[in-house]
Amino acid sequence: MTDGKLITGAELAASGSWHGSPQTQRRLRKRQAAEKRFRAYGLVAILMGVSFVALLFFDIVAKGWTAFMQTHIQLEVTYDPEVLGIADSGDTQALSRANYTGMVKAAMRKTFPNVSGRRAKRALYGTVSSGAGFVLRERMMANPDLLGSTEKLWLPADDDIDMLLKGHIRRDAPESDRRVSDQQIAWVEQLEQSGQIRKQFNTTFFTAGDSREPELAGIRGATTGSFYTLLVTLILSFPLAVAAAIYLEEFAPKNRWTDIIEVNINNLAAVPSIVFGLLGLAVFINFFGLPRSAPLVGGLVLTLMTLPTIIIASRAALKSVPPSIREAALGMGASKTQMITHHVLPLAMPGMLTGTIIGMAQALGETAPLLMIGMVAFIVDVPGGPLEPATVLPVQIFLWADSPERAFVERTSAAIMVLLGFLILMNALAVVLRRRFERRW
Amino acid sequence: MQTPTLVVVLLALMALAFHLGRRRSFTVATRCGGIKALHSLPSHYGTLTAMWCAIPAAIVLFVWVAFEPTVIEHLVVGALPADYRALPAERLSLVINDVKNMVSGNVVSRDPDPAMRAAAAHYQNLERISAAALSVVVLAIAIGGVSIGWRMVSPRTRARNKVEIVVKYFLIISSTVAVFTTLGIVLSVLFESIRFFGRVPISEFLFGLNWSPQTAIRDDQVGSSGAFGAIPLFAGTLMISFIAMLVAAPIGLFSAIYLAEYATPRVRSIAKPLLEILAGIPTVVYGFFAALTVAPFVRDTGNAIGLEVSSESALAAGFVMGIMLIPFVSSLSDDVINAVPQSLRDGAYALGATRSEMIKQIVLPAALPGVIGGLLLAVSRAIGETMIVVMAAGLAANLTANPLDAVTTVTVQIVTLLVGDQEFDSAKTLAAFALGLLLFVVTLALNIVALHVVRKYREQYD
Repeated sequence: MTDGKLITGAELAASGSWHGSPQTQRRLRKRQAAEKRFRAYGLVAILMGVSFVALLFFDIVAKGWTAFMQTHIQLEVTYDPEVLGIADSGDTQALSRANYTGMVKAAMRKTFPNVSGRRAKRALYGTVSSGAGFVLRERMMANPDLLGSTEKLWLPADDDIDMLLKGHIRRDAPESDRRVSDQQIAWVEQLEQSGQIRKQFNTTFFTAGDSREPELAGIRGATTGSFYTLLVTLILSFPLAVAAAIYLEEFAPKNRWTDIIEVNINNLAAVPSIVFGLLGLAVFINFFGLPRSAPLVGGLVLTLMTLPTIIIASRAALKSVPPSIREAALGMGASKTQMITHHVLPLAMPGMLTGTIIGMAQALGETAPLLMIGMVAFIVDVPGGPLEPATVLPVQIFLWADSPERAFVERTSAAIMVLLGFLILMNALAVVLRRRFERRW
Repeated sequence: MQTPTLVVVLLALMALAFHLGRRRSFTVATRCGGIKALHSLPSHYGTLTAMWCAIPAAIVLFVWVAFEPTVIEHLVVGALPADYRALPAERLSLVINDVKNMVSGNVVSRDPDPAMRAAAAHYQNLERISAAALSVVVLAIAIGGVSIGWRMVSPRTRARNKVEIVVKYFLIISSTVAVFTTLGIVLSVLFESIRFFGRVPISEFLFGLNWSPQTAIRDDQVGSSGAFGAIPLFAGTLMISFIAMLVAAPIGLFSAIYLAEYATPRVRSIAKPLLEILAGIPTVVYGFFAALTVAPFVRDTGNAIGLEVSSESALAAGFVMGIMLIPFVSSLSDDVINAVPQSLRDGAYALGATRSEMIKQIVLPAALPGVIGGLLLAVSRAIGETMIVVMAAGLAANLTANPLDAVTTVTVQIVTLLVGDQEFDSAKTLAAFALGLLLFVVTLALNIVALHVVRKYREQYD
């Protein structure tokens, strides 16, 4: 009727049938076009959603893959006792305090003998990472006999030089617009010609803690912190959630109290995560006086956050065990507890574990509540236990994303890739677990 | 003994107790005619003994560790010279902090005088005594427990029933954790909020148009009296959530319709998990994406067509938040659409409706309450979302309707007010708790309404 014109009997008679009339056909075409359009909307929506996924991953990988390589400069370093200020190679304290940076500078001067003037020299020293001295120190501490010898070493370049080589700083941009001077580019080109500069796998990124210098910063501290936090979360949340689910599914009488518990669990699952952070700050830190920034507190907060997820999954797993199994066990004379521990729990365990892994994955990616309890501190050391100050991987990402250095952008993306890798691994594990052990009754 | 070592020793004792109790039950049983004379299984006797060993000791251990620092601090303060004890409370707590720092070997804020050195030594001494006493007491209780358990092993002891009662109480306590969590949230947020409203009137907080939470440290400082009108924050939160829903609602809803009504099972089994990847990505990743990719893109595009776009525009944050919410909307809508009975669809087809007419005129109206419930849940998620806005929205509390401007949200302000060191009684930090209370109440109300709508709808067809 969208044409707004009714077909008269005469017209109908003239055209022979309803179906053949031009009006009907026009209307049919219109309806079918609407059908196609509607279907296209749906398809476009799905394609948009999927393309967002693709765009996100592409963006992160494109920004981050270069972080797994780091520019190194080959220098001929001399462990000169005079420069280092060490008289006796047996003195460990003198070894650890010696002037290794001076050694690096001496090596740079040797490679570029023509550089003179304070500013030029500063720029020259700036092409090597300020952490290069630590590399030498470690070598020297491990082998004090090196004193007085000379060797060729690959030392990390400064992050700006690294960015230059990776093409993030354009060489043809005007000098005032880039962080690397023309002179430094000339040195780099000289090094390139003599083969003394190259990119190699960035082990520092996986073995170091946080640092203000991008070329020295790594994710080991954050991953260790995440590990301890998740460990605490797992130890606390799994038994608590399973016990709560068992009580609610198998024991709880149907009364007002159980209803309150159920409503509570469902609501907790939807409370914004930052509110849990406020709870952690007010209760665990201010009231109980637990240490700030500690994985223990982080784990406690994340436990409260993931509990609803695991409880809901565990209850679903318990529900899927058919009543006949319970009745058979009871019929054989088992007590209720025996029935649950010997029969129902083993059958529901895969489902519960799947739920737990998903809850853990959620906890691994959580950032906001941990900001509240002080896990945002700048921590260089790798934490040695759940009571030491630490940060976690997502918070490290947040901290690096705030850093102005261009080199931190790629390191942030690389850290995101590592985080997503862990999450994909955990979710894949959950899927495998579900596929292999899920039973349909 | 250090507390972790003590816990390990306790666990070992527990294992030993289980073994002892179980062995003992065999011995007892042989005396009175074999294992069938026992009331319970040997492992039940073992478990009972282990429980007697571990539970009282664990309770004592927990209480001791929880109260030890307070008690020691009290004793140390009591032993300080009188002129220290006469100091005002804040100064005294500084002194105590210094003492603690001296004990743990950290840098101390000033030169320690003899009295403080003595206090530190006293502190250390008390800690040593406490640790030693704790080990002795806990181990004594554990061993005493084992002997009680051991003596209880007899054919007539109803070991299984006792064990099961303890297990049941453990289950009940576990199930109440959720209730206590909610209670903890409400109390901690409410308590601090009441203190905040003691300083800033509640009407000013809810209806004030000016937000600048920097309060003066000294009275004679200028220009930082602090203003706590939260309207700009509400406006910013609502604007970003609105933009997010503008993205998420159509895309999510149409994807759900396509997946539920048009897609072949094969397409569905590929597209649905792909969309749900978006739900598994941590929000900090979205924040990074918003701040470093979308925001510059929005700014450059805006500048290219002659618009003035702030580099932390509400549009970028809202758009990325919308992407995050797509799977949320689509999977909830998918569920409700699938719950519409097939008979309604068949009826529509029988009347000659095309598929899209059937969806628009039959399925969607039938699923509408559920869809709205899902959208409300998504809105509550958007209001409470933190990382995306912290990283991509601004800090400036602008009261504006222009999505290209920088706005700030409730969650951003909570984070900025509470991150870093702060004293716990300034209006600034307390304001964060007041905002938290508001956030909790609003999201809770949205959730309750949404769950109610969804549940009521479901009852119609089941």
